[in-house]
Amino acid sequence: MTNLIIFLLLMTLGYLVGQVAEKKHYKSIIQREKRLSGLPTIASRFPPTDRLFDQSLVMGNTVISVDYFKRFIAALRNLLGGRVTSYESLLDRARRESLLRMKQQAEAMGAEYVFNVKYETASISKGRNNAIGSVEVLAYGTALIACGPSDEV
Amino acid sequence: MLISNMEILPGKEVKTHLGLVQGSSVRAKHVGRDIMAGLKNIFGGELKGYTELLQESRDEAMERMQRQAQAMGANAILNVRFSTSSVAQGAAEIYVYGSAVILE
Repeated sequence: MTNLIIFLLLMTLGYLVGQVAEKKHYKSIIQREKRLSGLPTIASRFPPTDRLFDQSLVMGNTVISVDYFKRFIAALRNLLGGRVTSYESLLDRARRESLLRMKQQAEAMGAEYVFNVKYETASISKGRNNAIGSVEVLAYGTALIACGPSDEV
Repeated sequence: MLISNMEILPGKEVKTHLGLVQGSSVRAKHVGRDIMAGLKNIFGGELKGYTELLQESRDEAMERMQRQAQAMGANAILNVRFSTSSVAQGAAEIYVYGSAVILE
């Protein structure tokens, strides 16, 4: 009986707090994405060669965890199969947050572009039955900072 | 030292390739942080302690790579890649590698 109460308590707490936190996080992500939309991030390996750039490695990382409720839902999903939306949103948040942190670092350097952006994902801690507890996403790229007159070849 | 994850540098030319350089670092967090992370597992959200831990770990790995490149006499490391693997509960290995070169 006590176990059931604790379980239900954790479920409700996880659900309520998790939902609020996720909404807040998405709101802040969207806001910052708008602000930083002037700084393009490009996955190409070939930088523009028409002028000179200073460059520097920039990166951003995030470790993020799912709440208790979502983990339970994901475990149920494992039985039925199909889309595991709780992990989809988790990874989406982690990726976008990491990219934003990288862009913020690039912005602080006065960069014009971030080239060759790469993502790296790793699950940091695994819970029972190897269920994903938390994931780390690292985004990194090369910030190109304009130097010298723009007509210089 | 110039570190970049591209193999081409606009306006600069590679004079000599010196080969692969690498750095790695394995770190774990103290128990307090692990307990906090356990709590976060209920509520969800970012684990700031782990984010910091991995950032520090990455900086250290990069510094080791740079030292190796300096010892070779390089002035830049190109095509840098990161790799992460969790070796045990609460510990992660960060590996960073790239090619050391001498630029004109």
